[in-house]
Amino acid sequence: MNPSHSVSPHRLRVEDLTVVPPRHIGLWVATALVLALLAMLFWAVGTNAAFDWPAVGKYLFHRSILRGVLNTLLLTVTIMVFATIIGTVMAIMRLSPSRILRTFANAYIWFFRGAPALIQLIFWFNLAIIMPQITLSLPGIGTLFSARTNDVMTPFLTAVVALSLHEAGYMAEIIRAGITSVPAGQTEAASTLGMARGRILRRIVLPQAMRFIVPPTGNEAINLMKATSLVSVIAVDDLLYSAQTIYARTFETIPLLIVVAFWYLAMVTIMSIGQHFLELHFNRSDSGGGGGGFRAALRQAFSLSRGRRA
Amino acid sequence: MTTDREQDFHVPENTMVYARGVRKSFGKVEVLKGVDLKVPTGSVACIIGPSGSGKSTFLRCINHLEDISGGLLLVEDKFVGYDLVDGRLHVVRPAELCRRRADIGMVFQNFNLFGHMTALENLMEAPIQVRGQSRAEARERGMALLERVGLAHKADAWPRQLSGGQQQRVAIARALAMDPKLLLFDEPTSALDPELVGEVLAVMRDLAQSGITMIVVTHEIGFAREVGDQLIFMDGGVVEEAGDPREMLRDARSERTRAFLSHVL
Ligand SMILES: Nc1ncnc2c1ncn2[C@@H]1O[C@H](COP(=O)(O)OP(=O)(O)OP(=O)(O)O)[C@@H](O)[C@H]1O
Ligand SMILES: [Mg+2]
Repeated sequence: MNPSHSVSPHRLRVEDLTVVPPRHIGLWVATALVLALLAMLFWAVGTNAAFDWPAVGKYLFHRSILRGVLNTLLLTVTIMVFATIIGTVMAIMRLSPSRILRTFANAYIWFFRGAPALIQLIFWFNLAIIMPQITLSLPGIGTLFSARTNDVMTPFLTAVVALSLHEAGYMAEIIRAGITSVPAGQTEAASTLGMARGRILRRIVLPQAMRFIVPPTGNEAINLMKATSLVSVIAVDDLLYSAQTIYARTFETIPLLIVVAFWYLAMVTIMSIGQHFLELHFNRSDSGGGGGGFRAALRQAFSLSRGRRA
Repeated sequence: MTTDREQDFHVPENTMVYARGVRKSFGKVEVLKGVDLKVPTGSVACIIGPSGSGKSTFLRCINHLEDISGGLLLVEDKFVGYDLVDGRLHVVRPAELCRRRADIGMVFQNFNLFGHMTALENLMEAPIQVRGQSRAEARERGMALLERVGLAHKADAWPRQLSGGQQQRVAIARALAMDPKLLLFDEPTSALDPELVGEVLAVMRDLAQSGITMIVVTHEIGFAREVGDQLIFMDGGVVEEAGDPREMLRDARSERTRAFLSHVL
């Protein structure tokens, strides 16, 4: 029975109408269940001796762990820089009027993005089998440089080469999508002002493409950082390899994996924050207020994100 | 050995734009089928014509945004995209093409302001990058131009924050910042709400008085009548009729011109 029907209309006053919020019993039950599960999880993790929290504390800032963190960061940044450069070149080639350049770029992206990173890594690690000697010689001048492949291709360099080429395949697609998202009218307007092709790309197109390039690139950088743990198979002493070296000796496997996870999460968190500020910077022409550069974007960051949610 | 010069084409004196038999094809489709046209220096020419008649294409050929497939198209007695040497046309180097384009301003139907720059930055970009002006110089000049189009108070606004009419006025100021000798307008008011058309036309009227050469593709017959020195009616890729706007609007020679005008008037 509906109560509003039993009230005669002339006794209802508009001012007295109130809204009764609906009861979400299902929501309450689900919340209680989740809380209970969390409590059980914390209890199990806290009391299970295998987690060995004192050991976690002991290794969190251990020298070789910190060196591993540093190497992982160094690897990620170096690879990202090279991947962005190669990716930009490939993206521009894909958009070039020359059929050969376009085909080459397509083939590059198809191959280096398609082949699994681990396989590429092991391939470059075994380069010496194909090419025992690296020689650079020019006709008429003679040999400029010659060395044994295994001396030149240190594990670190191998990792940088293999993963840069792989990552560049992804970056090329991201950058190409960014460039094509900028309307052709922008390039046209700049040409009528007498700007040259390269300058238009640098000053007009790429800055506007950035708002489409930064978010997926942030995801790529985070993925890449985690993927660098692959290099432990070729004995680069990154974060994971450093931890493995220790637990191979001490058998404190679980605590050391927790340490590793902690550092990866910490680095990912910092990268996400950096990405957030970059996005604010490149989206600033959408926000209110005049242009104020990067620092103004930093200052606005918190008030803005609150304003959007409201 | 003969050295042919552009002068040998007998272009009348004080001609800014001279077209004779200009052809342009996109693939198999011939869009311009021999355009003949003369725009004297310092005059205002208005181009009208039905959709698809090749008005935009012709305008874009003038500053070599499109290359032409045949004919003669000179700006101040010179090809824009070519050098004439010994009777042969050589494509100019990109740097030289940029230098020549810098003297020809263009205003687009949909403004094309640089979205990542404020109004003032839009005006400063090319003078700094192309003309090598200092920031201070470019800023001062940019502010003066924004003042001229009545938008000094919007100097720090982003394009997205401006109305269509305001964006178009900034776009005109941006073209003026390069001190062009020739300004091309491609339907500058067609994308605007009716109440915003007036403010843009007012700026263009003011420009026409300043003595700069203007070629305006437009549907604003009133503007053509009032400020145009020449009215050009294009149809099917050729100039069907050209002449004094007031005379032509009163009494066009060509039947097709009369038919078109009866639709738009
Ligand atoms: N880049 C291009 N590729 C192929 N065809 C084109 C291209 N640009 C224009 N055209 C064709 O050329 C013809 C003339 O186009 P143009 O834009 O010059 O006409 P218009 O007179 O400016 O028309 P409107 O009044 O609609 O702007 C049209 O049929 C158009 O489809
Ligand atoms: Mg057009």
